[in-house]
Amino acid sequence: MLEIRWHSRAGQGAVTGAKGLADVISTTGKEVQAFAFYGSAKRGAAMTAYNRVDDKVIMNHEKYMEPDYVFVIDPALVFTSDVTINHKDSTKYIITTHMSTDELVKAQPKLAGKEVYTVDCITIANETIGRPIPNTPMLGAFMKISGMYEMDFFKESMKRVLGKLPQKIIDANMFAIQRAYDEVK
Amino acid sequence: MAFDKMELKDIEVWDGNYAAAQAMRQAQVDVVAAYPITPSTPIVEGYAKFLADGYIEGEFVMVESEHAAMSACIGAAAAGGRVATATSSQGLALMSETLYQASGMRLPIVLNLVNRALASPLNVNGDHSDMYMIRDSGWIQFDAFCPQEAYDLNLIAFKVSEDHDIRLPAIVNQDGFMTSHTAQGVKTLSDDAAYGFVGEYKPMNDMLDFEHPVTHGVQTEEDWHFEHKARQHNDLMTKVMPKIQTVFKDFEKLTGRKYTPVEKYDMDDADVCVVCLGTSVETAREVATEMRAKGIKAGVIGLRVIRPFPFFEIAEALKNVKAIAALDRSSPNGAAGMLFNEIAGALFNTGTKALLSGFVYGLGGRDLTKAHLVALFNELQANADAGKVTTKLQQFIGVRGPKLAFL
Repeated sequence: MLEIRWHSRAGQGAVTGAKGLADVISTTGKEVQAFAFYGSAKRGAAMTAYNRVDDKVIMNHEKYMEPDYVFVIDPALVFTSDVTINHKDSTKYIITTHMSTDELVKAQPKLAGKEVYTVDCITIANETIGRPIPNTPMLGAFMKISGMYEMDFFKESMKRVLGKLPQKIIDANMFAIQRAYDEVK
Repeated sequence: MAFDKMELKDIEVWDGNYAAAQAMRQAQVDVVAAYPITPSTPIVEGYAKFLADGYIEGEFVMVESEHAAMSACIGAAAAGGRVATATSSQGLALMSETLYQASGMRLPIVLNLVNRALASPLNVNGDHSDMYMIRDSGWIQFDAFCPQEAYDLNLIAFKVSEDHDIRLPAIVNQDGFMTSHTAQGVKTLSDDAAYGFVGEYKPMNDMLDFEHPVTHGVQTEEDWHFEHKARQHNDLMTKVMPKIQTVFKDFEKLTGRKYTPVEKYDMDDADVCVVCLGTSVETAREVATEMRAKGIKAGVIGLRVIRPFPFFEIAEALKNVKAIAALDRSSPNGAAGMLFNEIAGALFNTGTKALLSGFVYGLGGRDLTKAHLVALFNELQANADAGKVTTKLQQFIGVRGPKLAFL
């Protein structure tokens, strides 16, 4: 079982990202689950989304999770919410920030001693897609850190997931995914 | 008017809402009258989009309330069309008057009820308060535990509800958010296979058949009211369950996916068991498997059909169990829980002397964790070992503050 928790603000695409990732993984024969905590969510409110991946049908519907990966796609959430909640020793963090990993860990001591990777998904999204939608770049970074799939396969799969969008937007997302893959540290 | 077919992958990653909307598209529902409410909104939104995109030949009726939504569904069903809608919580509460009209008029309608808490305090998350509120309304009630089942049970519900021997409306329940907004793999049927299973809608006593005028929704006072109600209850008690069994078998032949009114998991030799509804059934199954590795013979029962209540089937399923937990995701507000009472009733005149305890959990979407269920199975084993219920008969799981226990 692979478990992922996304920290996001409502409107940044964490749910779409989690469902998109689930869709890609499902085509490889694995079982998937993607869900989120909404509450009466307003655009900009902090929220979390989740992925589970397994070889057998996923029957666990508890919301409690000790994640293998934590994705933070809004830079401020590292400081305004506890992104390390339900941490386990093997949990890996991929965090959107303009800071280097060292600077970030100094600024948020809770991350000290943890496996933290950083990438500036907001800037990447702004410069490629033209809007601060950091979900697809985060998945590019995840592919690098996890080594889950070859980039060619992943990008082809994401093209299908994004299929109904205009070609220009799909192309921009592919650039964003590749840039985050190359830039995550 | 022609409509387009949709190419689906064998396995799609859908949430429960989208799965239900796709089933409504494949059943080619003629009329959906709906008023949106969280968390059921994407179902009727999905139907409306499929309609606008030319995938359905039908009509979407926008109305000013849920009361009007079900009223329009009743009108459309009486006119002689395949009809469905969706709602949740306060929407169902506002609809409740018309639910009794629909069942009393013997109109086949499929209602997707995405289970959500009832105010006050206001809460949009999943519990079974709405499902419980209308359990005596004369509707057949199915329960889905995951998105796959929300899809399957929609197709099944049309076939049962519209059968000329049945002609009763049917609700397909799914857990708000935990199923409705949770994407999982869903094995699909092709459009042709799904429609072939549900079948062409066959009207009966339809108001648009001008050659054979009929009256719907009449008044009967003490001269006939009781006979109508008794006849309706008779059909629910005698005709519906055999029809559901037949349709479940047909569905299994088509898809390989087997459904039964009382779903039994690890029950053959179970000493202790949990009876519950919705997504909790699946989480409990996973925990039961883990408990068996620890030497506790744990089992799980999930009710696939809530109305008509599978009275004898559940008594049979529980006959060799030593300790049972009935889990109710709705506040009984001054009584034992619904499942506790129904199970007690089903077992009372049998030789079964199982220990029964009731639990209220998960209100307003509160998480039911695997840790909760581990503790629960351990407690049931302690009851079985002691030969008596060692706690109060009614306890609360997962509520903050001092431990609550009653009865």
